[in-house]
Amino acid sequence: MGIQGMELCAMAVVVLLFIAVLKQFGILEPISMEDSSDSELELSTVRHQPEGLDELQAQTKFTKKELQSLYRGFKNECPTGLVDEDTFKLIYSQFFPQGDATTYAHFLFNAFDTDGNGAIHFEDFVVGLSILLRGTVHEKLKWAFNLYDINKDGYITKEEMLAIMKSIYDMMGRHTYPILREDAPAEHVERFFQKMDRNKDGVVTIEEFLETCQKDENIMSSMQLFENVI
Amino acid sequence: MAAGVAAWLPFARAAAIGWMPVANCPMPLAPADKNKRQDELIVLNVSGRRFQTWRTTLERYPDTLLGSTEKEFFFNEDTKEYFFDRDPEVFRCVLNFYRTGKLHYPRYECISAYDDELAFYGILPEIIGDCCYEEYKDRKRENAERLMDDNDSENNQESMPSLSFRQTMWRAFENPHTSTLALVFYYVTGFFIAVSVITNVVETVPCGTVPGSKELPCGERYSVAFFCLDTACVMIFTVEYLLRLFAAPSRYRFIRSVMSIIDVVAIMPYYIGLVMTNNEDVSGAFVTLRVFRVFRIFKFSRHSQGLRILGYTLKSCASELGFLLFSLTMAIIIFATVMFYAEKGSSASKFTSIPASFWYTIVTMTTLGYGDMVPKTIAGKIFGSICSLSGVLVIALPVPVIVSNFSRIYHQNQRADKRRAQKKARLARIRVAKTGSSNAYLHSKRNGLLNEALELTGTPEEEHMGKTTSLIESQHHHLLHCLEKTTNHEFIDEQMFEQNCMESSMQNYPSTRSPSLSSHAGLTTTCCSRRSKKTTHLPNSNLPATRLRSMQELSTIHIQGSEQPSLTTSRSSLNLKADDGLRPNCKTSQITTAIISIPTPPALTPEGESRPTPASPGPNTNIPSIASNVVKVSAL
Repeated sequence: MGIQGMELCAMAVVVLLFIAVLKQFGILEPISMEDSSDSELELSTVRHQPEGLDELQAQTKFTKKELQSLYRGFKNECPTGLVDEDTFKLIYSQFFPQGDATTYAHFLFNAFDTDGNGAIHFEDFVVGLSILLRGTVHEKLKWAFNLYDINKDGYITKEEMLAIMKSIYDMMGRHTYPILREDAPAEHVERFFQKMDRNKDGVVTIEEFLETCQKDENIMSSMQLFENVI
Repeated sequence: MAAGVAAWLPFARAAAIGWMPVANCPMPLAPADKNKRQDELIVLNVSGRRFQTWRTTLERYPDTLLGSTEKEFFFNEDTKEYFFDRDPEVFRCVLNFYRTGKLHYPRYECISAYDDELAFYGILPEIIGDCCYEEYKDRKRENAERLMDDNDSENNQESMPSLSFRQTMWRAFENPHTSTLALVFYYVTGFFIAVSVITNVVETVPCGTVPGSKELPCGERYSVAFFCLDTACVMIFTVEYLLRLFAAPSRYRFIRSVMSIIDVVAIMPYYIGLVMTNNEDVSGAFVTLRVFRVFRIFKFSRHSQGLRILGYTLKSCASELGFLLFSLTMAIIIFATVMFYAEKGSSASKFTSIPASFWYTIVTMTTLGYGDMVPKTIAGKIFGSICSLSGVLVIALPVPVIVSNFSRIYHQNQRADKRRAQKKARLARIRVAKTGSSNAYLHSKRNGLLNEALELTGTPEEEHMGKTTSLIESQHHHLLHCLEKTTNHEFIDEQMFEQNCMESSMQNYPSTRSPSLSSHAGLTTTCCSRRSKKTTHLPNSNLPATRLRSMQELSTIHIQGSEQPSLTTSRSSLNLKADDGLRPNCKTSQITTAIISIPTPPALTPEGESRPTPASPGPNTNIPSIASNVVKVSAL
C-alpha cells in the first residue's frame, strides 16, 4: 500500500508542477486580485496667500514695516502660509522645555483661529497680535476672556477655568518649588471664582470679568507689560 | 533655542497676556530693549562677493561670530560693510544656516577646509543637519584615518630611543620591515614553514619499490632524513614561539590569540610523538596526531595579508554561511526522507535508512551524481529528479546572491551602528539643549537676584553677570518668570526637587509627636503648598533645620546645597510670620541687609515665631531649641 501511496503522491506533485508551468505561460488565467488601488494622489500642500499689505494695515494697528517684519518671520517658519495645530504646539512647546505646553497651546490655537478652520493664517496671526500688543486694555481683557471661554458661549464655567488652569500648571513641569500638589489648580480656580464671580452663580460673564479686572491694579498694570514686544 | 523659534518669541510673549487675569501677583518688569532699531540690511563682503541679509537674521545665533559683536572687528568704515577675507563658497553654507536654521555640508568641499571655516565663524559642526551629517562624519573619519596612517608610518621610520629590548623584539615580530634582522627572521620562518609542509606532503608519496616488499612511501624509506627535517623545523618553530611569548606585551592575551594556538597545535604532535614512541599501543593515535601537522600551513597567515582578510571576512559572514548550511540541511532531510520511503519497496535497494539516503541527496543536490546510489522505482525517480533540480536552485542560485549580500549587509551593519550612535548622540544633544535652556534660566535667575542684592546693598562691585545674556534670552527668561508668577510656583532643577521630595516625605513622621515638632511640620506642609516666591524661601530656610533634625548625616551636604537658594532668601521679607504663609503674600520686598546672616541656616530657624533678624543673637537663642529638637527626633 505504501508504494502505491507514494506513487500517488508523485503523480500529484507532477500534476501540480504542470499547472504551475501553465500558469507561467498565461494559458490558465487564475483569479488574480487586481491591485488597482492607485497610489493616493499626494495633494500638494495647501498654500495660502495673505491679503494685501494695505488691507492688513487697515485691520490692525501695525505699521507697514512691522507687518513686513512679522510676515517675514511667519513665512520663514511656515512656508505654506498656514500653521496647523501640531506645528503650533511644537513651536510653543519649545519655549517651555520643562513642562508640557501642548494643552495650553491647544487653547491658544483656538483663541487665534477665529474662523475655526483648523489652521492659523497670517491674518489671524496678525489680528490676534494686534489686539494683544496694540489694543486697549479692554480689548485685551476681552481676548483673555475669549481664551478662557473654551466653548465660546459667553460664560466661563468652573470646568473651563479648571482646564485652562491645569494647562498652565502643566507648563511648569514636575520640578517646581514648592512641590506642585494635585489640587493646586483647583484651589487657584476657587480663588479666581471668588474674586470674579460677583453674583455667585457659578459662572463668570464677560461683564463680571471686565469689572473685576478693571478694579484690580495688578492685572491692569500687567496688561501693559508687553507693549513694546514688536 | 532654535533660530526659527526665536522669531516666534514675540508671539509667545504676547500670548502670555492670557495668564495675567489669572495671576494674583504683579508680573516682573520686561527687559528693556535698549538698542531697538528698525531691522536693517547689512552687507557682508566675503573676498569680494557681497552677501546681504537682515540684521535680525544674524542675531538669531548670538554665540557665533556673525551673531555677536565680534563681527564689529571686521567692520570697514569706509565702505560701511563687513569684510571677511575667507572663502565665499563655504560662506554661502554658513549664511544659509542663519537663514534656515540648518547647516549643510557641500559634498565637493574639502573636509578640513570646511572645518576651518566653521571654526572661524564659531559654529559647531554638530549642528549639521541630518541630511548631510552622515556624509560629513564619514569624510571626517576617512580623513582622520588617513592622518593616522601617515602618523603611523612616520612613527615607524623614527627611531624611538627609549624602547626596551623586549619592545624592539615585539615590533620586529609584528612588522618585519623595521630592521634587517626582523626581515631575515621573517624569511627564515617562512622558508621553514614551506619546508615543513612539503615534507609532510612528500612523506606519503610512494617512493619506488624495495625489492621483496610492496611499495613504500618515502617517509618510511628515508625515515631518518625526514625525521631530521621534521626535528629541524620543529626546533625553529619552538624557538620562534618562545621568543614571541617572551616579547609579547601582554602574555595572557598572546596565549589566547588564534595565531599562538595554531603555533602550539603545529608543534605539539612532534613532542607528543617523541614521548609516545615508547608506547606501542597508542601508535594509532600517534598517527592521527600527525594530521595536525598540516596546521603549519596556517602559519603562513602571518606572512600574507590576504589570508588574514579572508579569514576575517569568513568570520564576519559566519551567520550568513550558517543560514545557508541550515537551509541546505533542511532540504537534505526532506528529500532523504522522501527518497527513503519511495525506494522502500524496491528490492536490493541501497536506500537502507534515512541517514543512508543523506549521501544520495547531497550528491544529487550538488549535481555531483556519483552513481553509487540510484533510485529504481518510478516514484523514486520522480522525486530524485525533483531533488536534483531543486539542488541547482538551492545551491547554485543563492551563492552569488549571498556574496553580494555579504558586502551589502556588512556595509549596512556598519551604517546601522553609525546611525544608532548618531541617534544616541542626537538625543543627547536634544536633551542637553533642553536642560541647557532650563538651566540657563535658573542660572540667570540666581545671577539676576544676586546682582540686585549686590546693587542695593551699595557694594560697589562691578556687575558680574558673566557674559551679558542676549536680548532674546532675557526676554525668554522674563516670559518664564511671568509664568512662575502666575502659578506661584518656581522652576527648580532636578536635584533640588529630589531633596525637597525627600524632606517632605520625612516630615510626615514627626508630625504627631510634639507641639513644636508639629508646628515645624505645619510650616513645612505649608511650604509645600502654593505660596508666593518670597515667602516660600522662609520655609526653605527651615529645611536645613529639619534636615538637621531628621538626617544628621546629610546635614552638611544640605546646608551647602541650600546656600544658593538661601541667597535668594535675602530678598524675602524676613519679618513674615509663619502663619502668614497660608496667604500668598505678594508684597514686594525691599532687599534688606539680611544677606549677611544667611549662610548660617540655623539663624533662620523659626520656632513658630519666625522673626529671623539679621542680628547674630538669632543663632544663639535658637540653637538650644534645635538641640532639643534633635533630642526629640532621636527618641523616635
